[in-house]
Amino acid sequence: MALDKENLLNVIKTEFPDFQIYEHRNQLTIIVQKEQIVGFCQLLRDNPSTSFDMLIDITAIDWLDREPRYEVVYFLYSNRNKSRVRIKVAVSGENPVCPTVTSVWESANWYERETFDMYGIKFEGHPGLRRFYMPEDYNDPSSGEPLYPLRKDFPLMGVPDSLPLPPYTEKFGELK
Amino acid sequence: MGERKIIEYDFGKVATERMRVNVGPQHPSTHGVLRLEVELEGEIVTEVVPHIGYLHRCFEKYAEEKTYPQVIPYIDRLDYISSMNNEWPYVMGMEKLLGIEVPERVEYIRVIFAELNRIANHQIAVATFGMDAGAFTPFLYFFRDREMILSLFERASGGRLLYNYYWIGGLAADVPPTFKEECLNIVKTVRKTNAEIDNLLIYNKIFIERAANVGILPADVAINYACSGPVLRGSGVPFDLRKSEPYSIYNRFDFNVQVGKGEVGTVGDCWDRNIVRMREMEESCKIIEQAVVQMPDEGNVQEKLPKKIKPAAGEIYCKAENPKGELGFYIVSDGTAKPYRVKCRPTSFVNLSVLPEISKGYMIADLILILGSVDIVLGEVDR
Repeated sequence: MALDKENLLNVIKTEFPDFQIYEHRNQLTIIVQKEQIVGFCQLLRDNPSTSFDMLIDITAIDWLDREPRYEVVYFLYSNRNKSRVRIKVAVSGENPVCPTVTSVWESANWYERETFDMYGIKFEGHPGLRRFYMPEDYNDPSSGEPLYPLRKDFPLMGVPDSLPLPPYTEKFGELK
Repeated sequence: MGERKIIEYDFGKVATERMRVNVGPQHPSTHGVLRLEVELEGEIVTEVVPHIGYLHRCFEKYAEEKTYPQVIPYIDRLDYISSMNNEWPYVMGMEKLLGIEVPERVEYIRVIFAELNRIANHQIAVATFGMDAGAFTPFLYFFRDREMILSLFERASGGRLLYNYYWIGGLAADVPPTFKEECLNIVKTVRKTNAEIDNLLIYNKIFIERAANVGILPADVAINYACSGPVLRGSGVPFDLRKSEPYSIYNRFDFNVQVGKGEVGTVGDCWDRNIVRMREMEESCKIIEQAVVQMPDEGNVQEKLPKKIKPAAGEIYCKAENPKGELGFYIVSDGTAKPYRVKCRPTSFVNLSVLPEISKGYMIADLILILGSVDIVLGEVDR
């Protein structure tokens, strides 16, 4: 395992010297610039000493008060070395756009659609970036803007004016 | 008696047109509320577009509003057929975040219950697959045996389907006193039934003709789509987290990783995915037998925990080998009593994403079979 980690670090340091790498609870994380993510993923997949051939998952984290607001997280696994790595990409809150990695791994297609559906991060160049779990017309009724439920500023007590509440019989008193 | 009329029909001029058919969301063979938009040319499938989200229950949003132990019952409801396995990676991740070691006895009980649940899951998978192919009898046999496993779970945890049994730092309750004998009894019954099913279904000529060479998933495609579990192993890739990255105490047991070899057809067809499940039941039986012998008789089943569970700020990705594949939980903590983010890496969701790729060019009846061989649970696809 140690050798694989050395290998991986060497590959990253020679090709992309300015990337930040940290290890937390034995799990390696690489922080990558948004513009370089596709090239970097291509390198990690094709380089024989790393050969990360499986993209296990893509997700995002919403740090509401920070800027850049979103972090897109990629989980990679290598079948040959049995090693794992996590890649993080910072995405700004005002214009949440991130390049797609569907050209590198097919599995990114559904992960990115799910992340888009939940966070509204647009993956540029994705073959079919549509709503996945939520209805196609899941918009804020007052402004017409699309709603993204996993954002931290999503209204938890229900979207105002979205659906009328079912009729309430009077004997139970006022609806609280 | 009327006169016999000869009808002439020029079959060279039969018009074919492409049509789009909706399979589901309320269709018995989609195993839940899944809608498949299928484009057909005659009977041949040319395109499949799965539409999901009919069972979306906002698990990840709920998890952000609950304390860490309160998340566990929601995790039960993801893949409701193998709830014991579902709880494990989350609980394990929390224990790593908090830096707790669980007692030896707990590890053994967890392994035994997870393997029993794996057997129960594979029984359903093989049974429903057989039913998709038109064999109804094995379904009844498997459900009869699954009852034994469920009643043992019921006596240990109180629930038959959703257990809430694995807790952070231990278990909800100790096992019943006749636990070991019952486990061995179950193993004996499972083996007996599986031998019967081998004759009845698996090596049946009709079933082989139906399932072999259908829905072939090559290994490189499976890896590209990040499939895991029996779907990936059926394509010949020995990917098993219990072996490759042993968690808990799996390195103490002797068992094999079963892969598809293309015995009756091509590597990675429906029959291969199915036989991997059948053989894994036997491997689980082996693990249970070894664990029952090694398990300590006495011991604490719950480690002492702080009253409020507040892990330090940080993140962890913890995964385990679910019956359906790799199930992972990515937990981000910000130092409070509620998780900042819980991301579930669902197995069924990822395995389902390969369906459009492998069902092109087969008959529409085969599409149902291929979907059955992927073995999805919509509770986990939609979360």
